[in-house]
Amino acid sequence: MTLIEGHRPLTPDPSIPVLDIDPYSDEILLDPAPYHAALRDAGPLVYIPRYSVLAVGRYDETRKTFSDHENFVSSRGIGLNDFKLEKPWRPPSIILEVDPPDHTKTRKVMSKALSPKIVRTLMNDFTAAAEVLVDRLLEKSEIEGVVDLAEAFPTTVFPAAVGMKDVNARHLVDYGAIVFNAVGPDNDLRRRAMERAPEVGGWITAACARDRLTDDGLGALVYSAADAGEISHEEAAMLVRSFLSAGVDTTVTGIGNALWCLSQNPDQWEVLKANTLLIRPCFEEVLRYTSPVHTFLRTANLDAEIAGYPVPEGAKIMCALGAANMDPAKWHDPEAFRVDRKPVGHMAFGAGIHGCVGQNIARGELEAVLSVMARKVARIEPAGEAVWRPNNAIHALDRLPLKLIPN
Amino acid sequence: MINVTYIQPDGSETTVTAQPGDSVMQTALNNNIDGIIAECGGSMACATCHVYVEGEWADQTGARMDGEEDMLDCAMSEMKDTSRLSCQIKLTEALDGLRVHIPEEQA
Ligand code: HEM
Ligand code: FES
Repeated sequence: MTLIEGHRPLTPDPSIPVLDIDPYSDEILLDPAPYHAALRDAGPLVYIPRYSVLAVGRYDETRKTFSDHENFVSSRGIGLNDFKLEKPWRPPSIILEVDPPDHTKTRKVMSKALSPKIVRTLMNDFTAAAEVLVDRLLEKSEIEGVVDLAEAFPTTVFPAAVGMKDVNARHLVDYGAIVFNAVGPDNDLRRRAMERAPEVGGWITAACARDRLTDDGLGALVYSAADAGEISHEEAAMLVRSFLSAGVDTTVTGIGNALWCLSQNPDQWEVLKANTLLIRPCFEEVLRYTSPVHTFLRTANLDAEIAGYPVPEGAKIMCALGAANMDPAKWHDPEAFRVDRKPVGHMAFGAGIHGCVGQNIARGELEAVLSVMARKVARIEPAGEAVWRPNNAIHALDRLPLKLIPN
Repeated sequence: MINVTYIQPDGSETTVTAQPGDSVMQTALNNNIDGIIAECGGSMACATCHVYVEGEWADQTGARMDGEEDMLDCAMSEMKDTSRLSCQIKLTEALDGLRVHIPEEQA
């Protein structure tokens, strides 16, 4: 059998609406909103012939499919490749790309290492680092928000929290981008990522070794679970790798997207400055509004159904989290960015058993940055056009010229 | 019909009607009950949906889920024997009349 993008070709039920587009084209990745609307409008389940996949983008079906780990598994890959049929480009993640009961064991170790309690102990460091960074940026007449702030902050605080002795900020950001481009089709983005994978991946693997970590960081917590016999030492190294794949580029994107939202909506920045209780809800709205992870996939492990349509075993289903987060059937006036919306139930961190295990860290980082900025920055003004950077799973900025006006 | 009563730390009570299958957390959000924040939306990752289940209802709401205890241990208010994450309690007809107390501090 000839595979399409590493999965079995699908003959869809003829009643399933067809959307004849390439969701991984640069045009759509740069500006996904029209595609997301078309996906929701076409139906609750859609067939995309270009990649021989099914897709969901309405809130209810996206949430249901993405969190139904019994029918729609992660162990066959959360990209277009079916790991059952084709060898993955790297050893699969032992948390993201596995199902219960394997998942249950590693998830427990990770959720302890990244718990709200642990994050509280990191907040002083996060806030201190944000103070230093924001003070420095306020001295400049203009900043490039992506490099100067969005990348600078997580690459300072996160390796320190993990306890990494070796820090290469470029590799840390790029590894995430590589991992996320890898879940897409065999397009230019993925090919370029695969070219860089040996170098960056090699550095990452080396940096996860126990002797490259301090004995008081998040990495050490994971290795101590291995000492306690909960997981093996090899598994501990793999879980530290998961911190680095999933924990840097995502928060870089979260901060960049937050700066973009707040620079585009100065009235909302005023609201936030006037009421700092809205800082955490503001980040939730940034997540809903910009969906840093725009799409991941699932694989039907059995003959199943979605919205009454048959979904055969082996089918890949694209779950457009970005479309669900803008579904007018779920969100009142979804196109409005409102820091007081409190969009509980958004899909930006996923849902169900794989729901982002690092979300407390992400919220802690954003709370630190936004609360320091709310104290010190009067206005965040655009200083040129914001440019997005296409990625097969991440909706992130490439450039964000800004002026920060001090209080 | 399934009625659930939420009791605030100051003793004030609100009784609302729930949809079967919804969680105690979702029902609170649907009805704007103060003190249930549910930042993670029910992924058992935030402990901001902590409640104390009243008296004999603890038998009806059943045992804590796998991993729930670790998360409750992160809650801002003290974990007691009756502590649950309200996102992990699914409502059924058998829980009609359920009473839960909201802790002093949630986040
Ligand atoms: C704004 C920042 C972030 C976003 C938008 C985000 C998004 C997501 C999403 C959508 C998932 C679900 C994947 C799925 O179900 O297939 C996920 C899972 C995961 N995230 Fe995050 N994430 C962020 C930050 C972080 C951080 C800081 C870390 C690490 C410290 C992290 C580690 C993980 C891990 C290990 C998983 C897999 C969990 C599992 O499969 O049980 N993430 N994330
Ligand atoms: S809603 Fe986050 S743990 Fe219940």
